[in-house]
Amino acid sequence: MKNEISPEVFERLVELAALKLDTQEGEYLRRQLNNQLAAIQELESIPLDQDLQITSHGVPYPAEMRQPLRADQHQPSDRVKAITSQAPQFEDGYIIVPDIPHKKLD
Amino acid sequence: MELCDRSAYELTELLRKGEASAVEITQAHLDRVQAVDGRSGQLDAGELSAEDQQRVHAFITVTAECALAQAAAVDRKLAAGENLGPLAGVPFTVKDIFCVEGTPSTAASRILGNYIAPYTATPVERMQAAGAVMLGKVNLDEFTYGSSNESSAFQPHPRNPWNTSRVPGGSSGGSTASVAAGEAPLSLGTDTAGSIRQPAAFCGVVGLKPTYGRVSRYGLIAFGSSLDCPGPLARDTRDAAMMLQAIAGQDPRDATTAAIAVEDYLTALEKGVKGMRIGLSPDYMKIAFIDAETGEYEARPLPAEIESATLRAARLLAEMGAEIIEDVPMPNTRYGIPAYFVISRVEAASNLHRFDGVKYGYRTTHKTSQLSELYRQSRAEGFGLQPKLRILMGMYVSAAQYSEQYYNRALRVRTLIRRDYDLAFDPNGSYRLDALLTPTTPTTAFPIGDVYGDSVLMQYADQLTVPANHAGVPGISIPAGLDEEGLPIGIQLLGPDFSEANLLRVGHAFEQATANEDWRKVKPQVLRD
Repeated sequence: MKNEISPEVFERLVELAALKLDTQEGEYLRRQLNNQLAAIQELESIPLDQDLQITSHGVPYPAEMRQPLRADQHQPSDRVKAITSQAPQFEDGYIIVPDIPHKKLD
Repeated sequence: MELCDRSAYELTELLRKGEASAVEITQAHLDRVQAVDGRSGQLDAGELSAEDQQRVHAFITVTAECALAQAAAVDRKLAAGENLGPLAGVPFTVKDIFCVEGTPSTAASRILGNYIAPYTATPVERMQAAGAVMLGKVNLDEFTYGSSNESSAFQPHPRNPWNTSRVPGGSSGGSTASVAAGEAPLSLGTDTAGSIRQPAAFCGVVGLKPTYGRVSRYGLIAFGSSLDCPGPLARDTRDAAMMLQAIAGQDPRDATTAAIAVEDYLTALEKGVKGMRIGLSPDYMKIAFIDAETGEYEARPLPAEIESATLRAARLLAEMGAEIIEDVPMPNTRYGIPAYFVISRVEAASNLHRFDGVKYGYRTTHKTSQLSELYRQSRAEGFGLQPKLRILMGMYVSAAQYSEQYYNRALRVRTLIRRDYDLAFDPNGSYRLDALLTPTTPTTAFPIGDVYGDSVLMQYADQLTVPANHAGVPGISIPAGLDEEGLPIGIQLLGPDFSEANLLRVGHAFEQATANEDWRKVKPQVLRD
């Protein structure tokens, strides 16, 4: 069966994605999403064995190929100013943002 | 021949013999940029002029002063008899998806339009340590999301130097355009679905996607973290080998780089193809076409010129002693794009959450009363359509109620795609291939405006390159001729994990066999008198 992203589901996605769209953008993007979903349906026709594992990286990483984790030690940075100066609003050592209202989670 | 039309290898020779200084070499390339590039990509660029339509527009930022200072330092070292790196004095460009300390690092997006990177990506650092001179940052599709460069927020976007009414391909289109037009002999690109190989084919240059884990991703603004591979663009395989030599290898700052020794790529070039087993697969000699509305799949034949260029390469390699193995089954090739639509979107959505108008980058100038509103407004204004589309799709297919149907299924299909390669390359299997020979792209460079806007059709431009990204295996695209419209045709070689030396070797043999052919003497349109 062909799945479609309805206007309601689309609105919810936009909310979750922390985006805001005008009507024209919204219409174009929902149409493109549904066209992509139609192409993705192709995957459903593939018979997959029950025990077929997922691949999250193409190249296998046997132990001898992996790097050991580095020591978990604090390393002071020599470029704090270069980093903090990128913040759109920075005062007295703090990044300034608007109010963060307290909200009860669902 | 002008200095800017020489290969990187020739330039290092000229420098060492004292026949050209690093400053002269750098200046010659900056002069070429001045002559062919036109105005650099910028936000809110306004209307295109008739002149804009004749120019290459590879660059977003030209770092001329810094490049000349670096070149002068190379000349001083040379005069003092100090050791020079293997790429001393060789100019290169960097796709603007890599951070380079003190330079704008924009990802071709408004959301990073004002971002000055506080550190340098490992591959760039290694190029500079080898003595190479960075000329600037080149344009791309916004966040690498595209196959034509039209989606860049920095316009005018790059145009194909072979015909400026055509796209250069993407997403490393600024890289390939700059190399094809002689603005630099080398460029650093990235390949997530074909973004090095596809524009290399469109612009008639060599592009190598290394094995995942061969080149560090530290300092690369991430798209699909399990798929992204930085790699070289060059005008021939020798230059690509020199560049890969400089950037490959383990990096303590990227845990996914592999603890495997880097081969001597330059020595490998000369070994010839005698005895190598090179495969052809019927599954790569057709084009998948998906009806945009219904999703119906249809197999269509390749354009005849692309098919015959590929088969001709096989014949030439056979004449040089390679064994050609036909009918190698790669049945899951056709699922590469559908699986990619799912996997890459999930990874992109995850990677794009960090852009929020708070820590760096673009922040809305609208007054907002709440943090969530600041996020929303900044992202709405800062992201173009392509990032928005990828975020939304990534969130949909990974949502709890759909992830089994889409995301997990796509990851299992990825296992099947990897299995195709494992069977083809298995040294004890039926095929025992050293390399698989395929076309790089289903078409040559398409006209600007023809595909942009149709996100499904655009994605299918990568259908012959994306399976290697799913599997992690290396691939190279090399020029193999021109079509009847004078546009470059690329052929692709794919090999087992960490077989870059072999791929370069086969590519080099093909270059030698075709060195004197007429099409190699044709210059890109922007360089014709």
